[in-house]
Amino acid sequence: MNIRVALAGNPNSGKTTLFNTLTGSNQFVGNWPGVTVERKTGKLRKHDDVEIVDLPGIYSLSPYTLEEVVARKFLIDEKPEVILNIIDGTNIERNLYLTTQLLELGIPLVLAINMADIVEKNGDIIKLEDLEKELNCPIVEISALKGSGIDEVTNKAIKLANLNQKPNKIFSQDINNILKDFENYLTDIPENEKYWYSIKLFERDEEVLKKLNLNQNQIDEIEEKLSALEDEYDDDTESIITDQRYDFIGKVLNNTYKKQNKGELTLSDKIDRVVTNRWLALPIFALVMFCVYFISVTTVGSWCTDFVNDGVFGDGFFFFGTGREAYEIALEDYDLAQTGIEAFDVAAQDQGLDPASAKTLVTSADLYDEEGNVEEIIPVTYQDYIDYLKVEEPDPSNYGLFIPGVPVLLQNWLESVHCAQWLQSLILDGIVAGVGAVLGFVPQIFVLFFLLAFLESCGYMARVAFVMDRIFRKFGLSGKSFIPMLIGTGCGVPGIMASRTIENERDRRMTIITTTFIPCSAKLPIIALIAGALLGGAWWVAPSAYLIGAFAIVTSGIILKKTKMFAGNPAPFVMELPAYHWPTLSTLFHSMWERGWSFIKKAGTIILLATILIWFLSNFGFENGHFGLVDMDNSILAGIGSLFSFIFIPLGWGTWQATVATITGLIAKENVVGTFGVLFGGFDEVSENGWQIWSNMQAFFTPISAFSFLIFNLLCAPCFAAIGAIRREMNSAKWTWFAIIYQCVFAYIISFIIYQIGSWFFGTGNVIGTIVALILLGLFVYLLFRSESREKPIENKIDLEIG
Amino acid sequence: MKTLKEARVGETVKVKKLHGKGAIKRRIMDMGITKGVDIYIRKVAPLGDPIEVTVRNYELSLRKDDADLIEIE
Ligand SMILES: Nc1nc2c(ncn2[C@@H]2O[C@H](COP(=O)(O)OP(=O)(O)OP(=O)(O)O)[C@@H](O)[C@H]2O)c(=O)[nH]1
Ligand SMILES: [Mg+2]
Repeated sequence: MNIRVALAGNPNSGKTTLFNTLTGSNQFVGNWPGVTVERKTGKLRKHDDVEIVDLPGIYSLSPYTLEEVVARKFLIDEKPEVILNIIDGTNIERNLYLTTQLLELGIPLVLAINMADIVEKNGDIIKLEDLEKELNCPIVEISALKGSGIDEVTNKAIKLANLNQKPNKIFSQDINNILKDFENYLTDIPENEKYWYSIKLFERDEEVLKKLNLNQNQIDEIEEKLSALEDEYDDDTESIITDQRYDFIGKVLNNTYKKQNKGELTLSDKIDRVVTNRWLALPIFALVMFCVYFISVTTVGSWCTDFVNDGVFGDGFFFFGTGREAYEIALEDYDLAQTGIEAFDVAAQDQGLDPASAKTLVTSADLYDEEGNVEEIIPVTYQDYIDYLKVEEPDPSNYGLFIPGVPVLLQNWLESVHCAQWLQSLILDGIVAGVGAVLGFVPQIFVLFFLLAFLESCGYMARVAFVMDRIFRKFGLSGKSFIPMLIGTGCGVPGIMASRTIENERDRRMTIITTTFIPCSAKLPIIALIAGALLGGAWWVAPSAYLIGAFAIVTSGIILKKTKMFAGNPAPFVMELPAYHWPTLSTLFHSMWERGWSFIKKAGTIILLATILIWFLSNFGFENGHFGLVDMDNSILAGIGSLFSFIFIPLGWGTWQATVATITGLIAKENVVGTFGVLFGGFDEVSENGWQIWSNMQAFFTPISAFSFLIFNLLCAPCFAAIGAIRREMNSAKWTWFAIIYQCVFAYIISFIIYQIGSWFFGTGNVIGTIVALILLGLFVYLLFRSESREKPIENKIDLEIG
Repeated sequence: MKTLKEARVGETVKVKKLHGKGAIKRRIMDMGITKGVDIYIRKVAPLGDPIEVTVRNYELSLRKDDADLIEIE
């Protein structure tokens, strides 16, 4: 016989810790149907027939917040065999409030008072037997962290499953009479659930009223009794119930609970004095954010990512770096020699000489740095030329223990078995590159998730929301939205994943949609290319990109907040600030692994498939009448580019090359530069800012159309990896599409307005285009400043159907 | 009528009545702010909003707009 144990309790009461202890590695993480609330299930260790379900952390079973609705639905509709209610022993009073509600469900319940270790240390006294009698359920003191009491509590739960436990009746006599009376309306409800339903009738719970289908007569009768009572109490029935629950708890604890050392400042209090201090809070916040960014983006995260991208999924790497320096020096010599040879060849050709015998020829070679500036001019004589020819390309394996990258190994192997050219390309440029793209993000994401887990479980994350709430709520975002956006300046993928820490679904969705507006590091090469090629390297281009990103976030927040999809009042910000404590390493690793793995699984598929698709489109096409591998100029992608380039004519860059570059930017934004290198210069490889093709690009762009191109590419749909992350976090195809389409439309409109109006400053304005731009601008301003839609009143319950 | 919004940092106040309705009121009460309970105002966030209070032995933060629904003695 299968037993399902529902693990219910307040946030931070230790459910996840207990869940991990109970199930070990035997767990499945997913989402509750249709919503982004996490659903975890697992088999109890050594009990294959006992399933544990970790419910979302909730304070109550009200019909108002998403988590509570999800938990309630599960408890009422799926009826687990037993509830294991875990409460925080250091915060008994509020935790028992949920217990009083769970005890009415007609499902047997075992109460686990967690954090027994701290309770004991504090010297607090809980009289278990007396409390058991008052609450009418078995109670066990446990420590999920230290592992004490675990066996006892599971044994009790299993024993209790399916037994009949009488609901605990705690309300005053007059209310009990009414509840008894209401049970007459509940003829279809099983005996043990009648009590719960009668309370819901008393509270006028909309969801239950709908489900019960009472006739008008009955509703009137109920209403009459409730109104009379409300007049008597001068309060609504829902509040009367809540009041009496807390009154009951207060009375019970008076006799059964003694808290020690009242009034003395705890360590947590002292920390909080500093951390959320009027003057220190913001500097400390900035410092913490800097550390998170520095570790996950600038240093550890990017080292790991570079290692995976350039090492494991690139040419290869030196074992522990030994020999790398010597190799790099040799490589520099080789590059110098190649430059000299090329200069000499060209000079000889110009004079009609054969370089091999041009003994008197002397020329010079320009050495460029990364940015395309001439760093040095060196003379090249015939003797130099001969010397240069002798320089061999260094072989890394001669300099140390060199481990070739996966693509190199695979390519060697494929060549050795004479694999067909197209299949080789599919495997190397399609599949391996796609897998590499997924795995390349993994180290960074793991590092970030580790840090986030630390901030969350030590208690600082709640303070972040506390400190930043004032600013962000104006844009329909949460105080915690700051972190995704900060991380997003490094890379949008972990940025989007960082939105996981935002509890409120609406805030989280809004954050996910807007996070990638901030230029990530992969967009910097595009900025450098456009600034260098067409805007004379103007200093303001890069700052303007960040400003426009911030502008896009703020305006999108305000506009979206007022739409129907996001309407209604933001969830009341009534948030617990948990005590600070030092988290355990195993909790951190567990959380990191779980979230990281879910990225690989859910986002990985999308990234991989999309990379293969773009590989196919850009490598295949018709040439000389037959279909096959072609250069990008003749590929299907080029065809698609020509077909759709007209869309971008109003933005000033309706060429197929620019369209193709935008599409390849979906694989990774820095690809835009590489694609331009191929399409405008025939270079297989250009430097980061693409200086080699600057002059070629000037024929295709004007300064203003280039700026419009830049803005569009910064704001439009992010790369596939980020789209995969969006899909993972939204947990809904509908919302993912909404996010992408919104971003593209937003990007289009902003670029359109900038191009059309900006053109006047270059004397090329177009009257019709400008009129349209002005109309769009007006519409934009209207959406920004209109009053908020009041379609959904505050009382509306959560709509579970979305998604 | 005095509300929690007007209470000063360091004060301990007693809740007299809760205003508002529906989700917000229920949420505030669910968190333990009910008639007759003592609330100690710990601090105001650096940017002036929200506030942090102690109620039923734990720390809770709430916005001033919501605090305005809580009438105190
Ligand atoms: N000292 C001590 N700490 C504990 C115990 N159980 C859990 N904790 C700590 O309490 C914190 C919260 O525990 P979680 O298991 O994440 O709580 P949760 O109920 O899953 O919280 P939500 O997921 O937010 O609902 C963690 O940092 C744990 O390490 C315990 O028995 N003793
Ligand atoms: Mg948890």
